[in-house]
Amino acid sequence: MSATLAETLDAVVGAEPGGAATLADLVTEPVDPGILDEHAKREVRRAILTAVCVPGYQVPFGSREMPVARGWGSGGLQITLAIVGVDDVVKVIDQGDDEGVNAVNLRRLVINTTGAVETTEVDEATVIQTRHRIPEDPLSPDQTLVLQVPVPEPLRGVERNMATLAQMHAEADYARMWVSLYEDKVRNGVITKSTGYPCLVGGRYVIATTPIPRWDIPRLHQAPFLSLFGAGRERKIYAIPPDTDVEPLTFDDVPFEVERTPGASCSLCRASEAYLVEIPPSSFGAADGRWICSDTAWCRRRRSEDNLS
Amino acid sequence: MTVYDTARDTAGDTSSDTRLEDATIAYSKAPSAGQPVLRVERLGKIFGDQNLAAVAHTGPNAGTEKSPDGNSVVAAWDVSFNVAAGEAFGVIGESGSGKSTVMRAIAGDHSSTAGSVWMQRRDGSTVDLLTMTASERRALRVDELSVVYQDAAEGLDLGVTAGGNVADRLTAAGWRNFGQIRERAAELLGRTEVPLERMDDLVRTFSGGMRQRVQLARALANRPPIVLLDEPTTGLDASVAAGVLDLIRSLLEELGIAAVVVSHDFAVIEMLTTRCMVMQHGRVVEQGLTDQLFEDPQAPYTQRLVAAARA
Repeated sequence: MSATLAETLDAVVGAEPGGAATLADLVTEPVDPGILDEHAKREVRRAILTAVCVPGYQVPFGSREMPVARGWGSGGLQITLAIVGVDDVVKVIDQGDDEGVNAVNLRRLVINTTGAVETTEVDEATVIQTRHRIPEDPLSPDQTLVLQVPVPEPLRGVERNMATLAQMHAEADYARMWVSLYEDKVRNGVITKSTGYPCLVGGRYVIATTPIPRWDIPRLHQAPFLSLFGAGRERKIYAIPPDTDVEPLTFDDVPFEVERTPGASCSLCRASEAYLVEIPPSSFGAADGRWICSDTAWCRRRRSEDNLS
Repeated sequence: MTVYDTARDTAGDTSSDTRLEDATIAYSKAPSAGQPVLRVERLGKIFGDQNLAAVAHTGPNAGTEKSPDGNSVVAAWDVSFNVAAGEAFGVIGESGSGKSTVMRAIAGDHSSTAGSVWMQRRDGSTVDLLTMTASERRALRVDELSVVYQDAAEGLDLGVTAGGNVADRLTAAGWRNFGQIRERAAELLGRTEVPLERMDDLVRTFSGGMRQRVQLARALANRPPIVLLDEPTTGLDASVAAGVLDLIRSLLEELGIAAVVVSHDFAVIEMLTTRCMVMQHGRVVEQGLTDQLFEDPQAPYTQRLVAAARA
């Protein structure tokens, strides 16, 4: 990389390649700036370590400027950049889709600046950065899930004052979160809160589960893998370590239910046991159905397996 | 300073220069006194510079609660009283007399300069509320000590339904069954005479009297042994206030809850309490049985207050 950098710098200052006192001569150490410098990576890793030690606690971190706008996954991106190396295999999904514009751009950014390898297959990946989904396939203990978080504060909807919020978390005072669920049920007859459902982590902290659907919540409970949550705009990192209790806040007499549309199945792979999303008629040549799998890699593999058999 | 003791033994010596601590002892012999659930001892609160020298230059004799240098306000000083289980105790005085300061000190809404507030807990132990941490006091407020504020916005979340406001206290106390929470909230709102068809309306849409009824329901949700009532009917129009007062009285009697009632209004103190104290410029000027105190006020200030109220 140092040669490339030196050449680039030469080009910038208009020096002759190979000339006597070119900038290339001045660059004595190989420098790979990447996007995050080593100090920034270390700071993010420290925040991650704290987050892992105190499951569910929102750890403040520096949150550097990224080449993507805040709100476009800058938090997840910083975590990924801080933990991947050349040995890693990275998968990035947006709403379950490897081919979403944002997913493709983030994946390219990570691959091109870290030397990690890209994949769309879950079982090949060591790090999976995601927006709004957990892959349908079970993850293993040596895989890390990195979630992009828009609003890390689960109590934001019931309290705006930062000092009060800190106090509520410190005292595990989540009465008003329960009231918001009570009000939801009273007003609507059912608990309508679907994505980002509040969960109690390790019996202590309530977290916002990012906008992952309820469908994915049970898969965080006692999961074998590490989940890291990064909120770039809000400068917070939190974590669910492997084998940690994750309990959705649920009234004893109102069971927690995941999204399910009776009779619906994927119009591509016919799956009904996956998280499905509704599509407009005639999209993707799927004129005969209104639903497809949210996890595109999973759906694709199912179809290829069908063709083989 | 003279503290008049209205609950004096009429046959014995009624020395009018009884110091406050002596007066307190006298009350423990009062007929209704059981084991006190709340014992306030020489409570003091100075706002501004914490200048203890200011105390000597304030109070009824000095005619002010402000220190000569103007940098300290001795909002309450040397305030002592007991409240027995199930008893309602009144604190009366004009605006700025320190009665709300006393109540907020007990509630833990602000720190105090001096004294102690002993409270008997459910488990029989006794704690000094003033030495508890803020979070311990908040925990206490869940089910052992409730407050009803003059301004409902202080005691309620106006953006939440009436039922939700009650549910808040229930969930804080660990209730996790939606059906039971709903049932209990409805029961409480029924008892405080909030129409059940309004249970699921936002409190913001409620009238002043209705908001106070919701506050009461919320305060009573976990059956605390002690309730603090700060001007519970001030700002309500007369007929509504009378209804709310009636309700408070019957609830206190029925549930056997001890109460500290703070008001500038004689009618409120007379209706709700058996014993009370009169405050002026941050000091207690007289305390005793409410009936006696109003019939036969001793302190000149109390006499003026009673005369004004009777006029």
